[in-house]
Amino acid sequence: MVDKIKNFLSRFYIGIILFFLYVPIFVMIVLSFNSSRSRVIWGGFTLDWYRTLFSSSEVMQALSTTMILAFTSAIIATVIGTVGAIGISAMRERNYKIVLAFTNIPMLNADIVTGIALMLWFVRFMPLGFGSVLIAHITFNIPYVILCVMPKIKQMNLSIYEAARDLGANSIYAFVKITLPQLMSGIMAGFFMAFTMSMDDFAITYFTKGAGVNTLSTMIYSQIRKGIKPEMYALSTIIFAFVFLILLAVNYVPKMKNARKCK
Amino acid sequence: MSDEILRLRNISKTFDGKLILEDFNLSIKKNEFVTLLGPSGCGKSTTLRIIGGFLKPDEGQVYFEGKDISNLPPDKRNVNTVFQKYSLFPHMTVAENIAFGLKLKKKSKQYIDDKIAYALKLVNMDGYGDRQPSSLSGGQQQRVAIARAIVNEPKMLLLDEPLGALDLKLRHDMQRELIKIKKEVGITFVYVTHDQDEALTMSDRIIVMNQGIIQQMGTSKSIYDEPQNAFVADFIGDSNIIDGVMEKDCLVRIQDHRIPCVDVGFGKDELVDVVIRPEDLVIVGEAEGLLTGMVVSIIFKGAYYEIKVRVQDYEWMVQSVNPAQIGSMVGLTILPDNIQIMHKPISADEEIVKEEE
Repeated sequence: MVDKIKNFLSRFYIGIILFFLYVPIFVMIVLSFNSSRSRVIWGGFTLDWYRTLFSSSEVMQALSTTMILAFTSAIIATVIGTVGAIGISAMRERNYKIVLAFTNIPMLNADIVTGIALMLWFVRFMPLGFGSVLIAHITFNIPYVILCVMPKIKQMNLSIYEAARDLGANSIYAFVKITLPQLMSGIMAGFFMAFTMSMDDFAITYFTKGAGVNTLSTMIYSQIRKGIKPEMYALSTIIFAFVFLILLAVNYVPKMKNARKCK
Repeated sequence: MSDEILRLRNISKTFDGKLILEDFNLSIKKNEFVTLLGPSGCGKSTTLRIIGGFLKPDEGQVYFEGKDISNLPPDKRNVNTVFQKYSLFPHMTVAENIAFGLKLKKKSKQYIDDKIAYALKLVNMDGYGDRQPSSLSGGQQQRVAIARAIVNEPKMLLLDEPLGALDLKLRHDMQRELIKIKKEVGITFVYVTHDQDEALTMSDRIIVMNQGIIQQMGTSKSIYDEPQNAFVADFIGDSNIIDGVMEKDCLVRIQDHRIPCVDVGFGKDELVDVVIRPEDLVIVGEAEGLLTGMVVSIIFKGAYYEIKVRVQDYEWMVQSVNPAQIGSMVGLTILPDNIQIMHKPISADEEIVKEEE
């Protein structure tokens, strides 16, 4: 009996958490298909909001900027972060801890502080625009990549690289053929993490973008100031679905690969 | 020397200000099975890594077949290594692991396939080619690692405590197999271990190291029977090491008893270390012993009893097939041949012992 109550309570607890987390998103998704402009009356199912969304050149422009930005910054941050993580892991214990702590700070730092600081920096050296946003995104993405790759390096048996050298591989071949495959799951996780962080970002983008450049988040923000239109529900729904798919991919693709290997 | 394959000359290596190897010299002959033996931190693995090319010595040169290879990277050296942690490539099958070195050498597919089959047979792993390393036991993984090294036909194989992670039974089996493999492929083995049994069982020549210095070199038998200092005596097998005084040639005084021995050439009344192996001491009646003492403990070890006999304030360790009564008084005798007398080291640095061929 006590067990049953315990069991019920633990289920109830997790249920409440999930409820608060997902019901708002669920409501938004439902409203994106609501033909009534009202936020409380269900006027029937419609795809009109999606239609107007995709016919708006402003939205499409922001979408493509966001995607190009996320992809490019994630790729560059992944390369820099991976190489950096390898370098940091080779440091002596004390330096290793210090450098790792410093790479962690930007993740905890408030975005608005990072955004303003970067803006100050950029206005001194370059015009604000796509370039400055890209550099800003690479900057805040690097720590996430290091965070994802570092545990893989720590897990790796370092002597397998030496074994490859021993068997006649030069340093580049041994790194590409032996070290990289061991780190690949961490690198992919880092890439997707960086990608979603970049897509997600508002504060830093807002301060570093300058006039004329808009990502989805900054565009939605400027739209909302004119009043919330249901197109924005549709857009948010699409973003949510996209991020959700990426998360699924990150979590399940490596597992499927492993499962296939073990057969 | 024409049959010399490797020479280390005046090698020194320091890590973080700590001297690991000091003016280290070593010559290895073709087709020899040489074991570097010593406690952890004695510099044996460092020596191996210098030979393999993974570490550069601070000073000194490495000569391989007469050529200075000190600055060659590992991939340009004609030696291969079997690592302690197996170090198989986890994302490749067993066959792909073994083929790795051969593919780099651009061998034909037919050649590679033949070599894989031969190597797997050599290490008793027939039919395991398509397996993933993670699905193999530790012993099997180490066999694959040996196969992977041997297919490259190196002139010298370096083994860095390859059996360290295996259980005792498996280790004994693998020791026998390594000797078999060595005979079959006929290459020079340089083996690093801290396990004295392993060293005594397999080696043509053992190099006992401590604190970056060679303590003694020689065959298993000479190292065991004639340790040249207290460190070697203590490290190789169990021993009783006790202070003694050389009264004259062939007579040593231990614990106020004069005991005949066979050692000559010590100064009169020189203080010496005396080593007596536990299996060389014989328990006899109280009256017949050279030394007399009381049995203080007895432990059954399977093949023998380990008996401790206290004489004055020293407890002698005796290995005997017959038990003894705790608390009883017994005599201990020893044949003069079985007593090993050593000079006392004046300082740690002087514990170097001349090469013995």
